[in-house]
Amino acid sequence: MSYQDKYEMVCGVETHVELATKTKIFCACTTEFGGEQNTHVCPVCLGLPGALPVLNREVVNLAIKAGLALNCEIAEFTKFDRKNYFYPDLSKNYQTSQYDLPICKNGRLEIEINGESKSIGITRAHMEEDAGKLVHSGESITTSDSSYVDYNRAGVPLLEIVSEPDMRTVDEVIAYLQELVQILDYAGVSDCKMEQGSVRFDVNVSLRPLGSRELGTRTEIKNLNSFAAVRRCLEYETERQAKVLNKGEKVIQETRTWDDSQGVTLSLRTKEEAHDYRYFPEADLVPLKIDPEWVERIRATLPELPAAKRERLKELGLSGYEAGVLTSSKAMADYFDRVMQNYADAKVVANWIMGDLSALLKANNRSFEDCPIKPYQLADMLKLIKKGDISGKIAKTVLEEIYTGGKDPAVIVKEKGLVQIRDQDALEKIIAEVLAQNPKSVADYQGGKEKAFGFLVGQVMKATQGKANPELVNKILKEKLQIAY
Amino acid sequence: MTISKQDVEHIALSARLKLTEEEIKLYTKQLDSILECVDLLEQIDTTDVRPTAHGVELFNVLREDEVEPSLPQEKALINAPETEHGFFKVPRII
Amino acid sequence: MQLYTLTVHQLSELMAQKKISSVELINAYLERSSKIEHKIQAFITHTKEEALAQARIVDAKRMQGEELSPLAGIPVAINDNICTAGLKTTCASNILNSYIPPADATVVTRLKNAGSILIGKTNMDEFGMGSSTEYSAFTPTKNPYALEAVPGGSSGGSAAAVAAGEAAFALGSDTAGDIRQPAAFCGVLGLKPTYGYVPRTGLISYASSLDQIGPLARDITDLALILNAILGHDPKDSTSATVDVPDFKAGLVNDVKGLRIGLPKEYMEAGVEGKVAAKIQEAVKQLEDMGAICVEVSLPHTEYAVAAHYIISCAEASSNLARYDGVRYGLRVEAEDVLSMFMQTRSQGFGDEVKRRVLLGTHVLSSASYDEYYTQALKVRTLNKQDFDQVWTQVDCLLTPASLTTAFKIGEKAQDALAMYLSNFCTIPVNLAGLPALTLPFGLADGMPVGLQLIARHFDEQTLLRVGYSLEQNTDQTSLKPDLDRE
Repeated sequence: MSYQDKYEMVCGVETHVELATKTKIFCACTTEFGGEQNTHVCPVCLGLPGALPVLNREVVNLAIKAGLALNCEIAEFTKFDRKNYFYPDLSKNYQTSQYDLPICKNGRLEIEINGESKSIGITRAHMEEDAGKLVHSGESITTSDSSYVDYNRAGVPLLEIVSEPDMRTVDEVIAYLQELVQILDYAGVSDCKMEQGSVRFDVNVSLRPLGSRELGTRTEIKNLNSFAAVRRCLEYETERQAKVLNKGEKVIQETRTWDDSQGVTLSLRTKEEAHDYRYFPEADLVPLKIDPEWVERIRATLPELPAAKRERLKELGLSGYEAGVLTSSKAMADYFDRVMQNYADAKVVANWIMGDLSALLKANNRSFEDCPIKPYQLADMLKLIKKGDISGKIAKTVLEEIYTGGKDPAVIVKEKGLVQIRDQDALEKIIAEVLAQNPKSVADYQGGKEKAFGFLVGQVMKATQGKANPELVNKILKEKLQIAY
Repeated sequence: MTISKQDVEHIALSARLKLTEEEIKLYTKQLDSILECVDLLEQIDTTDVRPTAHGVELFNVLREDEVEPSLPQEKALINAPETEHGFFKVPRII
Repeated sequence: MQLYTLTVHQLSELMAQKKISSVELINAYLERSSKIEHKIQAFITHTKEEALAQARIVDAKRMQGEELSPLAGIPVAINDNICTAGLKTTCASNILNSYIPPADATVVTRLKNAGSILIGKTNMDEFGMGSSTEYSAFTPTKNPYALEAVPGGSSGGSAAAVAAGEAAFALGSDTAGDIRQPAAFCGVLGLKPTYGYVPRTGLISYASSLDQIGPLARDITDLALILNAILGHDPKDSTSATVDVPDFKAGLVNDVKGLRIGLPKEYMEAGVEGKVAAKIQEAVKQLEDMGAICVEVSLPHTEYAVAAHYIISCAEASSNLARYDGVRYGLRVEAEDVLSMFMQTRSQGFGDEVKRRVLLGTHVLSSASYDEYYTQALKVRTLNKQDFDQVWTQVDCLLTPASLTTAFKIGEKAQDALAMYLSNFCTIPVNLAGLPALTLPFGLADGMPVGLQLIARHFDEQTLLRVGYSLEQNTDQTSLKPDLDRE
């Protein structure tokens, strides 16, 4: 019994993205992550009396860029408004945001579900400032006697991207979020480091009886910071709402929080009534007029976006799956492209990047952004394999050597004497010796044991420190064993 | 248009002001007469008039994305009523 | 002649001629304060030691032949809502009664760079909300002309300090007439520059789209010198104008021949006190004698300006004052939870008038009331501006009373918030439109100063100074001195 037996889910997501600027939205404090508490603050972001905001040009540039990447209309006239509410992480007890004239609207992105394409609408995207961070003295906010505020994050620029409530299954929601984050990553508008809170999701979800066209009552769950959390949360919340509705009761419209350790959503309702944010125009800032030239200048800086890149990779002969993995991060996709510039075999390059190289990076907690193996080095190594200088197996060792030592593959192969032995005479000599030293295996093989062949191959490899060309070894060994026969 | 005691109580909570019974009564009366005065704005025909929210006709005031030094932590906290380990300390939030 | 009655330019001349030193000057002012400040109570904070230290530095520079600004070595009093680094800045409120700003306001930096000596921070209505300085959380200031009368507000302390000889000039702030009305009540000159011409960086906000810092002084030349120093763009204030600042002193001209001066009938019909009206007429006659052309004009939406201003200023104030919650600075009333802490801190920290305006502002911005009050007020603001645009096609300057009455008595209006606000009838339309305006003293009526208000186009402070200078040079009405030595 799942909610899907009786109900359809309707879901929309508000995504908060930290824009990749050096300084905050209204002051010149650094946006660098992880500074000691209250060391990246100034009179403006602390809300000291008399301090005034000045808008960071790069915030507008990145907002336009994100809007273009999401197929939005960019407003010709846009302004800031104050969203008024009291909370200790808000240094002025209002957030400078945008209300009725957001910088972007009417966008969309495409997701793929079960091989079918679906368009998800983007209602709007607007600029706003982030709040500070709260740390609680106890286990959670509800069990703490006191809390501690760090305003380093206050004033970091955010883009709030609001989707249409177009998603109908949890898979669709995840697909939307993955594609959205990928697009933002590619566009370079955010570092998209979810573990650092660069991207956060608020989901709005409701149920309605199957076949109904009306919207049910929705709940909002704020501040989810991973795809997994969104999935788990939605799976729980849909069942919770279904239980309520099945009992004949009404779902209460409210904000809830996701408790990952307990695996439940919890109500955040307090004695206070619903928020009236009393939005009004921010008079300490002046409005923006965005002319077409500005928009075109930004459009010219957009790189190839994920969907287009995936298409191009498929045209190069890669499967949909391979294209998907390679484009899952911009850094990985760029790496692939750069290797391809020097070694243009898509399948081979894809295998190495997706396989050994990824494993190596993962084991060392690195990513394609700071990969110690340069793309040309991987390409050179592949050329050596193709030439026959090294086998695929040896290449794995070479790869590790490049990783730790940074030297070029040709240098490593030379220094370690890893060049494959392809000299027919040399191999014949070595094989003859191996056969002479293993008469029992020879007899076993000739007596019909296939496995003995493998053992003998292994002995040859051992004798040549793995450098013997495997195809030649196979050929010569077979010949010799036959002769013996 | 009048303003009631309940309105004032509601607004006071929104504005984080704790009023005594006396104050609620007094402010209700005073706000009521002020609002009666400003009610005369209703008389004016403002169709096709655009609102002016800003004090000045300026657009696109922007600054470059260059880092400048922040306040040192001690200076940031210097006026704070209560701090701990470089944080601003507040009592229970919920 | 007592040093504490001279103008800035006269004092500057004396110091340039090495007839007096800055230290002597500061001591003269400090002595004056020691004799009368207890009667006037213009100051919240005095900076005696620091002032003398700065004076010694200026004197040393002068000794070494350094070229100094005309404001160098001159004592200035600054409104206590303008931030001074390392020096308590309270806005005359309990909620900031020990707040120490980390940085100077831009105007303070500019004055310090010119060598001016800060002699103290002056009293005001709490957060600039009031017209009599009676709403100061600490003490009311008295009018130097009559100690039972108010000095006006909210910059009452600054006006009284200049009038009484406790500072050679002062800075105040003007949101609804808070420089011009006290200047009129105290018989000094006060000028509110065009919105955006003086940076608001470091001015503790009351209403962002209306607030402006401006000078109070003893004559036109002094105003010109101060404007030269404090006007001009500041990249830290997004609403700061990029209009060039001319040399106001060099531009002073004693000539109003052919100048068209408008007399808005709505002001004269609004119930101006007879004795004030008589002085206005005198000024009109004087101007006409000097060759100006005075004509009646109309600003039809004048009667709605106070209502619109009330709504807009309270709306913005309710948001600007939200930050005072006891978390990061200022008063904190300890409590078990944050909600209680906010409520108790703000309730104990804010005075009645501040609470009233915050409540009103919160109300008009709430979604049920927004369109009816706030949007409508913003539209009336546009109509008010259009009135002025229309009038500038007919005249170059407007002349009105700065106030419908002379200074009222302490306690007379304090209990009636509406009456208090209405006393800004003559000055408010100017703030709504962001125009520059000057109060020029013009004689006494029953022993109390009367002030003329001159209004000009945006960024045309020069016309204000021109009319003021001409009247000043051709009458003896503009230079008033209170008699504080009587008992």
